[in-house]
Amino acid sequence: MSELDIQPELVAELLVAFLREEVGAAGLARTVVGLSGGVDSAVVVALCARAFGAENVLSVLLPYRLSSPRSAQDAALVARRLGLPTKRVDISAMADAYLAGEGVTDARRRGNVLARCRMMVLYDLSVDWNGLVVGTSNKSEILLGYSTQWGDAAHAVNPLGDLYKHQVYQLARFLELPEDVIEKPPSADLFEGQTDEGELGFTYADADRLLYRLVDRRYSEDELVAEGFEREFVRRVSARIVASQFKRVPPVIAKLSRRSVGHDFRYLRDWKR
Amino acid sequence: MPGMDCRLVVAQTNPTLGDIQKNLEDHLQRIDAATGAADLILFPELSLTGYFLRDQVEEVAQTLDAPFLRPLLERSKRISIAFGFVERSREGRLYNALGFLEDGRFLAVHRKVHLVSYGLFDEGRDFAPGEQFRVIESRHGRFGPLICEDMWHMPSAYSYFLADADALLVASSSPARGVEAPGPGLASQRTWNILLQASALLYRTWVAYSSRVGWEDGIGFGGGSRVLDPYANTRGALEGLEAGTLAASIDSSVLRRARSELPLRRDEKPELLAAELARHVPLLRALRAEHALQHE
Repeated sequence: MSELDIQPELVAELLVAFLREEVGAAGLARTVVGLSGGVDSAVVVALCARAFGAENVLSVLLPYRLSSPRSAQDAALVARRLGLPTKRVDISAMADAYLAGEGVTDARRRGNVLARCRMMVLYDLSVDWNGLVVGTSNKSEILLGYSTQWGDAAHAVNPLGDLYKHQVYQLARFLELPEDVIEKPPSADLFEGQTDEGELGFTYADADRLLYRLVDRRYSEDELVAEGFEREFVRRVSARIVASQFKRVPPVIAKLSRRSVGHDFRYLRDWKR
Repeated sequence: MPGMDCRLVVAQTNPTLGDIQKNLEDHLQRIDAATGAADLILFPELSLTGYFLRDQVEEVAQTLDAPFLRPLLERSKRISIAFGFVERSREGRLYNALGFLEDGRFLAVHRKVHLVSYGLFDEGRDFAPGEQFRVIESRHGRFGPLICEDMWHMPSAYSYFLADADALLVASSSPARGVEAPGPGLASQRTWNILLQASALLYRTWVAYSSRVGWEDGIGFGGGSRVLDPYANTRGALEGLEAGTLAASIDSSVLRRARSELPLRRDEKPELLAAELARHVPLLRALRAEHALQHE
């Protein structure tokens, strides 16, 4: 039992209602999800299947030539288990046309290009499918800024954005997703052997415990240290949150007029919907 | 207290944000369905408008004589109606209001006193606060209207307790939150239930709670509308996240018996409270003044 534990049944019920209403607000009842083989997108498609029926959830496999074959296998397993219509779009040709042309070798740049290629495909397919692109970023990733802006972080609605990784695992088990998908180390799979935790330099378990206290419970740095967290770790994570704020807000608009979008034109997206 | 029973319908609705025409139609439908079978229908906070209005507050506001409200007034000749809307007052202020319609007219308007301006909420920016708690003397009973946060401040319901209300009418748009284990259910809903039960017990009163459902930009509303008797027994409840209606009777004999068994109201000492407040208020004022000086 962890303090981060949720009631998965209640959360699933809320998220199914959320998906129906917020996708419905766009006048739609179908969704498109990029299925990576990881636990986050597996949970999202399972929730979408509950909300709209499996036949209305297009799961898209988007491998690159260097992607781990296990990712595609796991993604296919999830799609098969849930009975989802599946589409496979290999992004190698489109990505390489640019990467080779520009001579991009830097892993971070390449990773961002791959994430944005995937976004482009999902948004294009969503028109043909007449569905909304549903995001799979969880609260841990969002707070740590562990995402590509306009890449995996681009989507219309996101059911997982207020769940820490620990809580996503709990939900995955409740939804009876394949153990293989739940057990394997989280990875963005943007280069060989990449793992989230390797790249971040700490585990999600530690990050979640800290983020929960820092963000949800508003602990101060001193209170966190008194609870046994390394001050250095607290500072590193806090700095990441601050540095990645730009990924969590819409673009900044220069205010010039009497009433400006982004400043004092205050309407929700669900305006009259 | 005159022996009066009230057949009540509590509506748990899902208003569309800012689409007052559509929401009005939903009100009329539910009112028509209840007419004949009920004396009073209670809707949630801002039921005519939706909750996170922001710049729409100004656009959806209605004066009490607005033609838009006439279909509701017309129907109130056959059933009393308590509904949530944005009131534009004659001096140009906007209020988060609960209108009480009876016999084709506004019998009362309760303006939300305790506006919320923290965390998710920014009501203090968009609305002016109400300044009183007045019992509604309806043909169906004496009702104490409260809007959401009003319920969290003890003097609100206490005022109605002193004024001999038969029932609290609580209209709410409470965001659903708190999914932590072990639960059960939403933390926000559990808290509300405790508050409603405690109020029923402490004030020996009927409590009708109408709370909305639905989502606005990812914020869900928890529902959980219910009617409690003066012993805090649940006489009817809408659990879950669906819209719906619930019927219950506010029985005056239950109220009389509950107040006879435990005469809290008879034994209350409002003079003592007044004396204590007379002592506290100047002290609080002095503290505030001191705080201001430090920042000058």
